[in-house]
Amino acid sequence: MGIILGVLEQGLIFGIMALGVYITYKILDFPDLTVDGSFPLGAAMSALLITHGVNPYLTLLISFAAGVLAGICTGLIHVKLKVRDLLSGIIMMTALYTINMVVAGKANVPLFSKETIFDNSFINNIFTGEMANFKTLIIVLILALACKFLLDAYLKTKSGFLLRAAGDNDVLVTSLAKDKGLVKIVGLAIANGLVALGGSVMAQQQRYFDISMGTGTIVIGLASVIIGISLLRGLTFLRSTTTVLIGSILYKACVAIALAKFPPTYMKLITAVLFLIILVISMQLKKKVKTND
Amino acid sequence: MIELKQIHKYYNPGTINEMCLFDNFDLTVRDGEFVSVVGSNGSGKTSLLNIICGSIRIERGQILMNGRDITREKEYKRMSHIGRVYQNPAMGTCPTMTILENMSLADNKGKLYLLGKGTDKKRKEYYRDQLSLLNLGLEDKLDVKVGSLSGGQRQAMALLMSTMTPIEFLILDEHTAALDPKTADTIMELTDKIVKEKNLTTIMVTHNLRFAVDYGNRLLMMHQGASVLDKSGSEKDRTQVDEILKLFNEISIECGN
Repeated sequence: MGIILGVLEQGLIFGIMALGVYITYKILDFPDLTVDGSFPLGAAMSALLITHGVNPYLTLLISFAAGVLAGICTGLIHVKLKVRDLLSGIIMMTALYTINMVVAGKANVPLFSKETIFDNSFINNIFTGEMANFKTLIIVLILALACKFLLDAYLKTKSGFLLRAAGDNDVLVTSLAKDKGLVKIVGLAIANGLVALGGSVMAQQQRYFDISMGTGTIVIGLASVIIGISLLRGLTFLRSTTTVLIGSILYKACVAIALAKFPPTYMKLITAVLFLIILVISMQLKKKVKTND
Repeated sequence: MIELKQIHKYYNPGTINEMCLFDNFDLTVRDGEFVSVVGSNGSGKTSLLNIICGSIRIERGQILMNGRDITREKEYKRMSHIGRVYQNPAMGTCPTMTILENMSLADNKGKLYLLGKGTDKKRKEYYRDQLSLLNLGLEDKLDVKVGSLSGGQRQAMALLMSTMTPIEFLILDEHTAALDPKTADTIMELTDKIVKEKNLTTIMVTHNLRFAVDYGNRLLMMHQGASVLDKSGSEKDRTQVDEILKLFNEISIECGN
């Protein structure tokens, strides 16, 4: 029971981050490695603010804003300085390592005995007795669904249409007399905002910030998106944003199953190998679809 | 009116592959003109369009749009006055978006793309009417993704989308070249109709000499970065395909191909 609960909680928290990766990887077609830095950026911001007694819910918003700034920087490097997409992300990811260290003050900040979005007098009054076991999951679920529905709504706005067009066919964006570079920057900003928000929730759930917590975020994000988009393609009645959240949970479940057989130090190796397996399976599926045509 | 003045365009400047395409090239396209541009490969037809739209830079010269100097203006800014249809039908539409979403995108050109609803339900009827003019049955497929349409259908949509909002100039870059002959005819007729209805100043690059002769009110033949034939008005009306073909063969032989 505890394991299932943990998988669902972790899956949904990383799901928020995966929604951001969905924007860059799937919609914008931009392999954005910034997320390895912006995920812990959200966590570092939260660590800083929470230790200074800032309202934990406000912390979520500020972390989102910090991620937006990181995304804008990656966008500016790519669009204005004409650096390739992959390299822009790598540059920002590396730079953010130091930024995160400066923001958090040190490499490891414990948040025990501090008020978080999961642990404050208001929440604790609502969830009493048996329910207390589920409060983290319920809060995370509300947050993840809120992000999903907001993103769905955004993608149906004029600005959202333009974002989808920029990933699909950026020539059309120019034909519509719009600056495709600006559209990309907006997309990266929203994406990294979501990633940082995920980082903030993560730090508050595990109750500490760690400088290395971002390593491999992109792999988890991509794995979730690919499971959601390719492997769950059959579930056509679900929106892509929903299948990405489910993909994230499934991925965490796979990692949990694998970790039951290996020591925890194997975590990143398992993360990577599982991602590779998912990637290969999704490519096989694509091939099958093509030969069926 | 579009004016190109003393345009110089080099490819690969400063390398041994340096190639001068335009050397003191001048062209004036007056309001209401529908110019068909023909010429062999590498004669500078598409470069001409790219220079007007701002897709490529020029080394020297001046580009004027209605008397305003736009030489340094970015491509996307110029496009607020220009509609462009490409040879590749995929360039004018978004494949993963539905017909309705594509039409809505195009319908908003010239306005801001903010957080308003992407599609306006009140405009649906208008989109249906416009699509029904194409006679392709697209008006009943509003929720179908454009990626699943045929090249001809996509090109028809691209043409419709690029001329949906008020523009002054229409740039057609071999927009019938990738289509089968019958579809090409349909698209060409549709083009002519839209150009006349909206009174668009049009430049059409084509390899189809019959289209070049039959449509438009001015004919331009390009060769090695210069115009070797420029006929308009009644002079153009008298021009026959054979005549153009003869001249075309002559310059091709000169070139050794």
